[in-house]
Amino acid sequence: MTRRTPAASAPRATRAARKGHGERRAPHLFLLPAVALFLLFFALPIGYALYLSLRSVRVQGLGLGSGARREVWAGLSNYADALTDPELASGALRVLGYGLIVVPVMLGLALVFALMLDADRVRGRSVARLGIFLPYAVPGVIAALLWGFLYLPDVSPFHFVLAEAGLPRPDLLDGGPLYGALANIAVWGGTGFNMIVIYTSLRAIPPEIHEAARLDGCSQVQIALRIKIPMVAPSLVLTFFFSVIATLQVFSEPTTLKPLTNGVSTTWSPLMKVYQDAFVKGDVHAAAAGAVVIAVVTLVLSFGFLKAVGSRTRQGESR
Amino acid sequence: MNNRTVATCAAAVLATAALTGCGSSGGSGSSGPVELTYWSWAPGMDKVVALWNEEHPDVKVTVKKQASGDDLVTKTITAAKAGEAPDLVQAEYQALPTLVGNDVLADISGEVGDAEREFAPGVWQQVTLGTDAVYALPQDSGPMMFFYREDLFEEYGLTVPTTWEEFAETARALKEKAPEKALTTFSSNDAGLFAGLAQQAGARWWTTEGQKWKVAIDDAATRKVADFWGSLVKEGAIDNQPMYTPAWNKALNTGKQIAWVSAVWAPGTLTTAAPDTQGKWAMAPLPQWEKGANVTGSWGGSTTAVTNDSEHKEAAAEFATWLNTDPEALAALVRESGVYPAAQAAQTGDALKEAPEFFSGQTDFHERAAKIAEGTAPAAWGPNVNVAYSSFKDAFGAAAKKRSDFGAALRTVHETTVADLEKQGFEVAK
Repeated sequence: MTRRTPAASAPRATRAARKGHGERRAPHLFLLPAVALFLLFFALPIGYALYLSLRSVRVQGLGLGSGARREVWAGLSNYADALTDPELASGALRVLGYGLIVVPVMLGLALVFALMLDADRVRGRSVARLGIFLPYAVPGVIAALLWGFLYLPDVSPFHFVLAEAGLPRPDLLDGGPLYGALANIAVWGGTGFNMIVIYTSLRAIPPEIHEAARLDGCSQVQIALRIKIPMVAPSLVLTFFFSVIATLQVFSEPTTLKPLTNGVSTTWSPLMKVYQDAFVKGDVHAAAAGAVVIAVVTLVLSFGFLKAVGSRTRQGESR
Repeated sequence: MNNRTVATCAAAVLATAALTGCGSSGGSGSSGPVELTYWSWAPGMDKVVALWNEEHPDVKVTVKKQASGDDLVTKTITAAKAGEAPDLVQAEYQALPTLVGNDVLADISGEVGDAEREFAPGVWQQVTLGTDAVYALPQDSGPMMFFYREDLFEEYGLTVPTTWEEFAETARALKEKAPEKALTTFSSNDAGLFAGLAQQAGARWWTTEGQKWKVAIDDAATRKVADFWGSLVKEGAIDNQPMYTPAWNKALNTGKQIAWVSAVWAPGTLTTAAPDTQGKWAMAPLPQWEKGANVTGSWGGSTTAVTNDSEHKEAAAEFATWLNTDPEALAALVRESGVYPAAQAAQTGDALKEAPEFFSGQTDFHERAAKIAEGTAPAAWGPNVNVAYSSFKDAFGAAAKKRSDFGAALRTVHETTVADLEKQGFEVAK
């Protein structure tokens, strides 16, 4: 692998010599739009959400008419409520179960597809690549509706075939199979994207390396296992990272399936709970606290993972 | 795939929510006609409003079409927080306490004159919340009825149930004769249906005692209703799958389910859900708890309310009164929006002379409907109906799925509702 060379210092010296008054201001000016946009559309909304999460509404008397509701400081009580809310906790557990199916299956399939497309002597490569990628272009809500109709016993062609064949017809929108049903939608929609990421980095491996391996007597499978997979490890890490975040944010699939079945509650996933708080209960303060909790968990999990992977690769490099 | 952090998403959602409803304030300025904005989800409302605009060049109303139900309540409250609520808004009866509590709706008792006598007392009480104020004008109502497949009832030798006991027997009789069919389903995805059934049994879920709210979701009347449906689901006499799904449409369209406990607006829903069954349905009064009684509950129905943000409350109230009491307006509402007007004169008037096309066999449809509507039980709504309704969906959804005790689910709904009130700072009478 390439080693990082010390930053080139020669150009900097010449630039420093020519540094004038205007040039010192220029970088700040160039930064201004990015900083302004960051503050306006990132820091400010987050700050506002944090502010909201520390407030709550108190009602007086019957709560009718003007002045019946006052916004007051609530301290950390919204957070206490969110953290002790059994619904949020069981929602997190449900998402964990869902993620345990989605992430390995989706990434496993994506890697296998990418390796197959990258193998020598593949015909119809571009058609296959497009075919696998295509579901990613279908909006999540549409995909969930489409699959939802395929799952619903009374309108599903699968159920029709099973019934005609006299076989038992599982209810896919309930209990354990529901996780598989939801995971299937995510896998169907997400595999193509992850495959493209992995495939792109496979194409970047210099052909000499394959050739050398082949001359040394490696089979295609050995090349895949010993050469290709280790060399695309960074993109596997990346896709894993994306998938975990997407899993923690699962919302549109269960929300779309909810009206079709009693098996999905209105607070099935943590984000659905936040949505319920904000738009059904009309309690933005509880919703803000819930959102902050989810954001912190997501940040800790994803960056913790990146850090763990980073330190392992650094160890590997120094060996 | 979305790799932004949740916080951004949530914050963006909140920010968007705060921004929606911009550009909706009524036009100000002394010259030119008064401009009013009206948020409504009724189809064809723009055509009804066009009649008003023709006759009243000095007050111009603009309709902004909205999504119905809970979404609009949240949207209106958010807009009102930003001082951007429309002049007029369509609101369901059960949303009024929430809207009033958030200081969204104006008291228009001084502007509506004697509109009260146009409406049944049980309906009028819902727009006053039992106070001297008037927070909205009733637009449409949804007296509940029993709809059934006349041809299939005949085929299986069933008689139309007049009491709930007979209803249960009918369900069992059908299961015996045709095990793959069901009389109907218990659906948990619209709490309004269950609330209406509870009203019929005499439940009053939210009442006030001085400065305290009293919640009685788990009262004897409601428990009777819950146990009745729970036992039917448990023994498998009726289905337990939710309404308004493709599977439900198919069940109605193919005659797998042969009846529907619904409200006066059911013909419209059946037209789209079960198009192949036109002319095969009939309507009967809701089964009764006591033989020979004429009591029904309400499912659905909405009002027209004026907001505190409106700069022309008087003109807005005048329009709301016209829309919901003027014979020409009511006729247009029936024709264009297909609503069942709350004003009593219109329920027996010319506009509703003909039976709905889907029920063409039942020429006296509206005559019978008006008679049923007379027995509408009062409804009692409180400030957190939304919380009770979403808890109902989850608790009864799970109970229906497991075919378990509905009484326990009802207690969950009751407790969740009380806990939410207390958390908000309301005093709750025990």
